[in-house]
Amino acid sequence: MAGVAGGNDFQWCFSQVKGAIDEDVAEADIISTVEFNYSGDLLATGDKGGRVVIFQHEQESKNRPHLRGEYNVYSTFQSHEPEFDYLKSLEIEEKINKIRWLPQQNAAHFLLSTNDKTIKLWKISERDKRAEGYNLKDEDGRLRDPFRITSLRVPVLMPMDLMVEASPRRIFANAHTYHINSISVNSDHETYLSADDLRINLWHLEITDRSFNIVDIKPANMEELTEVITAAECHPHQCNVFVYSSSKGTIRLCDMRAAALCDRHSKFFEEPEDPSSRSFFSEIISSISDVKFSHSGRYMMTRDYLSVKVWDLNMENRPVETYQVHEYLRSKLCSLYENDCIFDKFECCWNGSDSAIMTGSYNNFFRMFDRNTRRDITLEASRESSKPRATLKPRKVSTGGKRKKDEISVDSLDFNKKILHTAWHPKDNVIAVAATNNLYIFQDKIN
Amino acid sequence: MKAAAAEGGGPCRADGDDSLYPIAVLIDELRNEDVQPPLESLATVEETVVRDKAVESLRKISQEHSPVDLEVHFEPLVKRLASGDWFTSRTSACGLFSVCYPRVSSTVKAEIRQHFRTLCSDDTPMVRRAAASKLGEFAKVLELDYIKSDIISLFTALASDEQDSVRLLAVEACVSIATLLPQEDLETLVMPTLRQAAEDKSWRVRYMVADKFSELQKAVGPEITKNDLVPAFQNLLKDCEAEVRAAAANKVKEFCENLPEDNREQIIMTHILPCVKELVSDTNQHVKSALASVIMGLSTILGKDNTIEHLLPLFLAQLKDECPEVRLNIISNLDCVNEVIGIRQLSQSLLPAIVELAEDAKWRVRLAIIEYMPLLAGQLGVEFFDEKLNTLCMAWLIDHVYAIREAATCNLMKLVEKFGAEWAQNTIVPKVLGMANDPNYLHRMTTLFCINALSEACGQDITTKQMLPVVLKMSNDQVANVRFNVAKSLQKIGPVLDSNALQAEVKPVLEKLATDTDMDVKYFAQEAISATRAVFALHAAAPSPPVLDANFEKQMEQQAVCFH
Repeated sequence: MAGVAGGNDFQWCFSQVKGAIDEDVAEADIISTVEFNYSGDLLATGDKGGRVVIFQHEQESKNRPHLRGEYNVYSTFQSHEPEFDYLKSLEIEEKINKIRWLPQQNAAHFLLSTNDKTIKLWKISERDKRAEGYNLKDEDGRLRDPFRITSLRVPVLMPMDLMVEASPRRIFANAHTYHINSISVNSDHETYLSADDLRINLWHLEITDRSFNIVDIKPANMEELTEVITAAECHPHQCNVFVYSSSKGTIRLCDMRAAALCDRHSKFFEEPEDPSSRSFFSEIISSISDVKFSHSGRYMMTRDYLSVKVWDLNMENRPVETYQVHEYLRSKLCSLYENDCIFDKFECCWNGSDSAIMTGSYNNFFRMFDRNTRRDITLEASRESSKPRATLKPRKVSTGGKRKKDEISVDSLDFNKKILHTAWHPKDNVIAVAATNNLYIFQDKIN
Repeated sequence: MKAAAAEGGGPCRADGDDSLYPIAVLIDELRNEDVQPPLESLATVEETVVRDKAVESLRKISQEHSPVDLEVHFEPLVKRLASGDWFTSRTSACGLFSVCYPRVSSTVKAEIRQHFRTLCSDDTPMVRRAAASKLGEFAKVLELDYIKSDIISLFTALASDEQDSVRLLAVEACVSIATLLPQEDLETLVMPTLRQAAEDKSWRVRYMVADKFSELQKAVGPEITKNDLVPAFQNLLKDCEAEVRAAAANKVKEFCENLPEDNREQIIMTHILPCVKELVSDTNQHVKSALASVIMGLSTILGKDNTIEHLLPLFLAQLKDECPEVRLNIISNLDCVNEVIGIRQLSQSLLPAIVELAEDAKWRVRLAIIEYMPLLAGQLGVEFFDEKLNTLCMAWLIDHVYAIREAATCNLMKLVEKFGAEWAQNTIVPKVLGMANDPNYLHRMTTLFCINALSEACGQDITTKQMLPVVLKMSNDQVANVRFNVAKSLQKIGPVLDSNALQAEVKPVLEKLATDTDMDVKYFAQEAISATRAVFALHAAAPSPPVLDANFEKQMEQQAVCFH
């Protein structure tokens, strides 16, 4: 069966898997975010233990020209440490909620990483030279006795093994009372926004001691609180536009030119509810867990619990496309509510040409939808199908009583194996899928 | 030195780019051509502070080059930076065009203009921002023809850039460009862009226009001001975004002052004043506060009658505003009004306003009004003060917050300096001394602090006859803090007292305190004793002040001449 994306007839195949194989997964190793940089050369992951691991794409080797190169570890560093808020007696988790790359400005790479409260700007740079021939200390660092030095020499730069260093360049702290759920870099390359449950702040990349609050939906009386901000993103080209989604399934588009405080939206996107499918859980499953602009800037995509919707920014009253991710779960909402899975926040992503979208599901399944052909496919990220260049077999979930061979029944799905975070290379057909503590990389195999 | 720094052209690898900052500064000292390669590298790092400093150093170096060297060494560097891969080098290049342009040949000048043009339409917003911010400076060194042919088109393009951050920098450039062009060209070349900026969809651009309004006014001249800027200013005062209104409100006085004299009053009364009246009841407190800080200045421009009829109601309205900052801003600018109509007109409303601020729940508001008290007292006069404000000043002395008590003490000192020792003796000294019997030890200490502050201004007589007995009595206070402050007070007022009092009254008490059971009392008593011993010595040696003889004065005069 043909794969999805771009209209070309191709299939997805396994490329690499990163992470430990053990059954016992350490909580700190669970991957919490995945992000390619603008060129796709670098792939960053953040985990619950506050670490960031960056993989770099190696050039294709000459003997295997039909395969793209591999991603190998480039840098690992501890981005955030657990903290304790003394005033409120609360722990601040070190889990990395989001990573966003900055557009490249010189040989070094910059990314923003955030936990619940603090955003950090990291610089990842390479060092392949070091100075040798100091006067006051030996090569191994021991201090020389100044009185023994009889002549002066000028240190020279000598080549050394490549070392990749990560250093925190800016720390943006103390601006959020609630947990930060999103960060997004503006197209002016000067500012970025950070969003928590009730507020969105605008920062300047150079200034850490001040940020402007541009959206504040905190009611005067907290008892009247009905909706929270779940995600926010800046428009890819228009420096004045950003959107934020809410727990009630609405998206608001704001124009920063119109006013300093963007409490009043410019556009309001909401699909009227289908009264026939109303249930106790309707509001919970309508909560939007992720919102992403298309690369073109014309569309945006939202993910709620059961579906992915594509909206045209020019039309507010309904999405132009709706894709069901795992409709078979609709009848299981009660048990999903009991085991809290109904609150899982799935992300979604576009491919480079905006012709396909991808999102995760349970049982380590992930789904891809081709917007042109309307074909969809379900694939699995598992160790069993992890042989080099093995083609991924499409998977199917059976809902009825009769289960065909190779299908899996709804009740056998493992709800602990959830794929919440996925990323698509900005140019090529390479995808990164985070399955708990493992990162799978899949590529296309052009037939 | 050269080997230690990175080779020219390659990026700088260092432990942290912040450590490059001092190097960029030191390189100032070396010879020009040697120093350029490291500076060129430093101008490409991503740390803005380092880049800026490197550019600054390069600018200084360019002044040292001869015109030939500029073309041989400096301009190629600028060219390399302007065509660099990374946007950081291109932004640095923008800061270097204006310094090398004036002294190079015309072919090189044409190249420089071309590079600047390219950077103004660069892909990255960062470079366009750098170009826009240097546009004015570059225009200043260009020949007039090129300003008209090149700069204007670049200016219009940047002022219509899709990025807000670029457009708002073009507004700044507008001022420089308008100053450089002859008056008759402004209407066609600059005004359309300025009008567009004043009505830009982005409030940040409109904010910049409001912020630069006085400079724009001076640059475009009186005719265009009358026709274009007045309506534009009105619109800014009525803008839908509070930040813009506040920026415009801040400029009201300056704008009115710089209007052409012949129809200044008429323009203000017809166009500006109605907007100002609206702003007094604006919903946003920052707008009102900005207005309050400048509105009083209008009285000098409009004169007595207009002030009484039109401005006075506005002042009074703001004096009653719910936001304390607005009220404070009015009170701090009363001197302008005093010049024109005298403060009496306001005093009816002034008093309740002052009282309310003096009793505000926030101590910082109370502190601010205390700081204005000496000024107000001077303007309102001693009778008004005694009648209405004296009780307030006394009440502050027993405020719960220490900072207020301290400021109140300082306030009293300034009042005594203004109104004199006799006034002090009649009105405030008795009340201050009365606090010495207060059951609260903090109030008793305040008495001592007041005495410390007032003794010099009140003079020897009052200090010896009235203040000293009270201080000495407090040496038997139950609370140790009071006792050691007695010692400190005696040390402070010692120089004001006469030697008899010192010997007969102060010394015994200090000696008694030096044997006190409390450590701190003993310590401060000892300190005071050593200090007063020095004072004794002074009194003993020269019982009367030395008399300067005529020769001595002449000597001083001559010496003063020599030093010049």
